[in-house]
Amino acid sequence: MAAPLVSLRGLHKWYSGVHALNDVSLDIMPGEVVGLVGDNGAGKSTLIKILSGVHGPDKGKIIFDGRPVRIRSPRDAMNLGIETIYQYNSMVPSMSISRNLFIGREPLKFAICGFGLLDQKRMREESVKAVADVDLHLRSPDALVGELSGGQRQGVAIARAMHFKSRLLVLDEPTNHLSVKETNKVIGFVQGLKAQNLTGIFISHNMHHVFQSCERIVAMARGEVVFDRPTAETSIDEVHGYL
Amino acid sequence: MTVLKNLLKIYMEKPEVAGVVLLILLAIVFQIRSDGVFLNTENIRGVMGILPEVGLVAIGVTILMICGEFDLSVGSVFALMPMSVAIMLNNGIPFWPAVLIGLVICAVIGFTNGLITLRFSIPSFITTLGMLFLARSLTVVISGGFPPLLPVDIPSAMFTQYVGPGGLFRMSFIWFLVIAMLAAGLMSLTNVGNWIRATGGFQEAAASMGIPVNRVKIGCFMLCSMLAGFAGLIQVLRLGSPLPSIGEGLELQAVAAAVIGGAALTGGIGTVTGAIVGALLIRVIDNGLVLSQVDANWFKFAVGGLLILAVIGNSWLRRTARRIKVES
Repeated sequence: MAAPLVSLRGLHKWYSGVHALNDVSLDIMPGEVVGLVGDNGAGKSTLIKILSGVHGPDKGKIIFDGRPVRIRSPRDAMNLGIETIYQYNSMVPSMSISRNLFIGREPLKFAICGFGLLDQKRMREESVKAVADVDLHLRSPDALVGELSGGQRQGVAIARAMHFKSRLLVLDEPTNHLSVKETNKVIGFVQGLKAQNLTGIFISHNMHHVFQSCERIVAMARGEVVFDRPTAETSIDEVHGYL
Repeated sequence: MTVLKNLLKIYMEKPEVAGVVLLILLAIVFQIRSDGVFLNTENIRGVMGILPEVGLVAIGVTILMICGEFDLSVGSVFALMPMSVAIMLNNGIPFWPAVLIGLVICAVIGFTNGLITLRFSIPSFITTLGMLFLARSLTVVISGGFPPLLPVDIPSAMFTQYVGPGGLFRMSFIWFLVIAMLAAGLMSLTNVGNWIRATGGFQEAAASMGIPVNRVKIGCFMLCSMLAGFAGLIQVLRLGSPLPSIGEGLELQAVAAAVIGGAALTGGIGTVTGAIVGALLIRVIDNGLVLSQVDANWFKFAVGGLLILAVIGNSWLRRTARRIKVES
């Protein structure tokens, strides 16, 4: 049995008196795509925010790749290789695809104290490649993200995560507000993670989406993990019973 | 249709082009209406002598607008900075250290604007409206009611001397050009420019990508105040005396210049070149109306009309461009 890529141990989180996470422990194996389901307020989002560095846990430990880590900011998470794709779209509409791809991680021609000149040629070339790698066909890396459809935007967000060699890809309700066709595309991306040997956590309200694309289902309710089983050994009805 | 499409493509890539076209049209009209006075050396010299002052303020306001915030205090900082420099000069502090301290004062004002706005989640419109009064009042108080005289031995020629072919430009124009190029470079060529645009374009996305959005915003507030103060210094050196009333209404002219140049109040959109084109348009209208012997009181009317037309035009063009893209 291989060691887990991420181990969460006894995580607690309170939001002004609300116990949002209650002693959550979870192991995610390398190469595994886990579906995380649960109702609104079940603690899914809180868990994801802790993993992606938006909030810190009030209690508990995170072990990443065998080492205890503290994720204090989105930057820390990204440095560990945890990339998060949010439901609201982590893209700036008024900026081009190539600029969006490298926000906060721009390749520089030279730099003083972290400030410097962009290597725009490299940004364009690499973004064309990154977008093509996720099987998305866009005309130009200079097109504004605001001109893309919702599905294409999520595609670019996934391309970004792939490009930066993410080790753990967290997809936080990426299919919200998408058309059926676009949703299928995103589910296709998630199914493709396995082939690329990537580890993923796919959060969704929609049980069908999760069952289509994940090999293990984890369900949360009232801030606790209430269900955890391989997809092959359970059914949508059974999971529903736990929520 | 293809002509329209090509025009829209140019517009989407370079939104300031519309302003340049308008500028050329106005220049032709004013040239004819003023019997050839508008484009003669003497008049261009006059317009270009004032442009750096409005232009620098407009650049600062535009960059701040791109990052999603707003500064109404620039007109007051425009007066406070040279006033404090003049007082330092009269107290025996040499010119350059006085200018440096003056810029530090501006930076502190910008920092305060940013800190209060972000710390207490107040709209920057309100914070900087407060600062508008604070800084203006300070200016009048420290002047003691009597504007101090500038010493004669200061190197004001560094800012006011005529240079270039036929003495067409003042030195202030060179300062303006260099600062404008640096600002344009900052916005389009550096990673910091990328952060500023991302912060204003969609703050949550920028923050989730690890950009220190608050620091970026405070930096923009400070840059904006410093540019306004520096612009004020240039005007005072040109006029020869630091009046406490200079720069009144300038904040709104700067916002108008930014918006005419294509910047959006919602953030994320705008260019430094656009700000300069906007500022130049305002100066040209001011000057051209006078030369065309139109009652000068129509100036504000013209700027107001242009501002509203520019906003309507920009949003219409953006929508049309998007629709055509979707159709094709």
